[in-house]
Amino acid sequence: MTKLEAVIQPSKLEPVKEALIEIGVDGMTVLEVRGHGRQKGHTEFYRGREYTVDLLPKIKLEIVLNDELVDKAVQAIVKSAQTGKIGDGKIFLTRIDEAIRIRNEERGAAAI
Amino acid sequence: MSPIKTFDFHSVRLLIYKQVILRFLCRERDRCWRLVPVQEQLGGRQKMRRRGTVVSLLLGVLLYSPAIWAQAASPDRIAKLEQQVAAAQGSADNAWMLVSSALVLLMTGPGLALFYGGLVRKKNVLATMMQSFAMMAIVTVLWGIIGYTLCFGSGSGFMGGLEHVFLKGVGAAPDPDYAGTIPQQTFMVYQLMFAIITPALITGAFAERMKFSAMAVFMVLWSVIVYAPMAHMVWGKGGLLNAALGGRIPTLDFAGGTVVHVTSGVSALVCARYLGKRIGYPHEPMPPHSVVLSFIGACLLWVGWFGFNAGSALAASSLATSAFVATHFAAAAAALSWAAAEWIHNGKPSVLGGISGAVAGLVAITPAAGFVTPMAALLIGFIAGAFCFFMVAKVKARFGYDDSLDAFGVHGAGGTIGALLTGLFAVRAVNPLGSGLFEGNARQLFNQAVGVLIAWVLAIVGTLIILKIVDATIGLRVPEEHEIKGLDLTQHGEEGYSWEASAV
Repeated sequence: MTKLEAVIQPSKLEPVKEALIEIGVDGMTVLEVRGHGRQKGHTEFYRGREYTVDLLPKIKLEIVLNDELVDKAVQAIVKSAQTGKIGDGKIFLTRIDEAIRIRNEERGAAAI
Repeated sequence: MSPIKTFDFHSVRLLIYKQVILRFLCRERDRCWRLVPVQEQLGGRQKMRRRGTVVSLLLGVLLYSPAIWAQAASPDRIAKLEQQVAAAQGSADNAWMLVSSALVLLMTGPGLALFYGGLVRKKNVLATMMQSFAMMAIVTVLWGIIGYTLCFGSGSGFMGGLEHVFLKGVGAAPDPDYAGTIPQQTFMVYQLMFAIITPALITGAFAERMKFSAMAVFMVLWSVIVYAPMAHMVWGKGGLLNAALGGRIPTLDFAGGTVVHVTSGVSALVCARYLGKRIGYPHEPMPPHSVVLSFIGACLLWVGWFGFNAGSALAASSLATSAFVATHFAAAAAALSWAAAEWIHNGKPSVLGGISGAVAGLVAITPAAGFVTPMAALLIGFIAGAFCFFMVAKVKARFGYDDSLDAFGVHGAGGTIGALLTGLFAVRAVNPLGSGLFEGNARQLFNQAVGVLIAWVLAIVGTLIILKIVDATIGLRVPEEHEIKGLDLTQHGEEGYSWEASAV
């Protein structure tokens, strides 16, 4: 089992969700986060004072998948979230030790 | 009700008219001579006609003679009518003044509370709003006990006496020195709303770092030591600067440019310097947590200001209209000039800049509202918007004081420039009480400068004394950890917004 964490632009949430549902991903967790990579922020003005906002709003998706689905999911995300510009985001994959369904205490691949 | 008991005056008048008119219209027709003795056959038709006309005219003149008229409209009746007219005017005035009082209170709560509340960080929103709300409560009680009499009682040139302590003698009867057509109680409650908002304005300077208890004590002392003398000097009986009641240095201040804005704005500067900067200022960005709230507050301020300025005519008069129009025009012009200044300086006009500009214009027109023409009001607004933008964007950064919500930059600076511009633009055509430099009266500008100077000195000295006292006794500033955690939680045990998922 693999955990897939994807940080994407907020405007790409809908396309990414649809693409994932299409390949058979049932569950995901969506967080509203702030962050930046190499993308610079923007400047705002308040009372004549200029300041840089360099923590930009992003969306983070967390999905736990069976290993067979991981490559397809990565492809789906990349294709739907990509714009070619700095700020598109990143995907991280980590190994999951165990997954448990709270409703009926199923474990392992059945729980995903 | 007949004015004359013996005969019906109006029906007789009608009869006379009928006679006269008939005589001239019915010259050729027999039928119309029915009321005249039938003697025309004897060749006396012409004579009859002439006689009838003369008699009718004579009767008409007699009936309209002053003697008869005086009997018809007796002195009692006239006096009664005069009383009724006065009562009607008085109730129009009173209705307007009560509405104005409500409008001015609206400026504090929620106008100012929202305006300031939106400008601070989320963790301090309630504490900031509470500061305005507390004024509504604390100043009211203080006013009833001693505030009103210190401001508006007859005392010296600097302070009122104690004749109205506990509002003694303040009832339905007007006080003709102040406002002869409304109950003195109306005047008192109207002025109370001014006394409420003035200290509330200062809270913008020490936002996000002042102890609530210290602020409450500070405001009570400030209302007595700074506000009361200034209000008395400009508006009170015997006041040194009172233009309407024969003060020695008549200063034109229609609705409180010096009394409200200069005093509070300059006091704000003193507080900001004394308390010191917020932790993290100026390196950490501290943008408003809700410009939306500030926007709503600013619009409420604009509308409420009609009560503030137009209500200062103390009557539902054409002067009130004039002040209303001037107020509105100045706000509009200043909003545009601040926005334009920002557009040029920053590349974009911000909403916060627009509303701040409007407020600056309203501040500047406050002393001038009932003395200047609408076109002059536009000019005053344009100047104030740009000037206050400069004060906030450049001067503040240059001198490095943390006037968190620009109480000095907008109210202190705006009030000062407004009071001085009043000395330029006041014209007798608008208000016979005031004439400025552009009308040839240079003296007024000097008086305005004196009034402004007195306000500055009183504010600085008074505020410093109070700050020292309060700091020595209970301390002014919250501890560092409290400031970081936020005043809502630490001072009031509350959170402004409980939007966490777990609270759903």
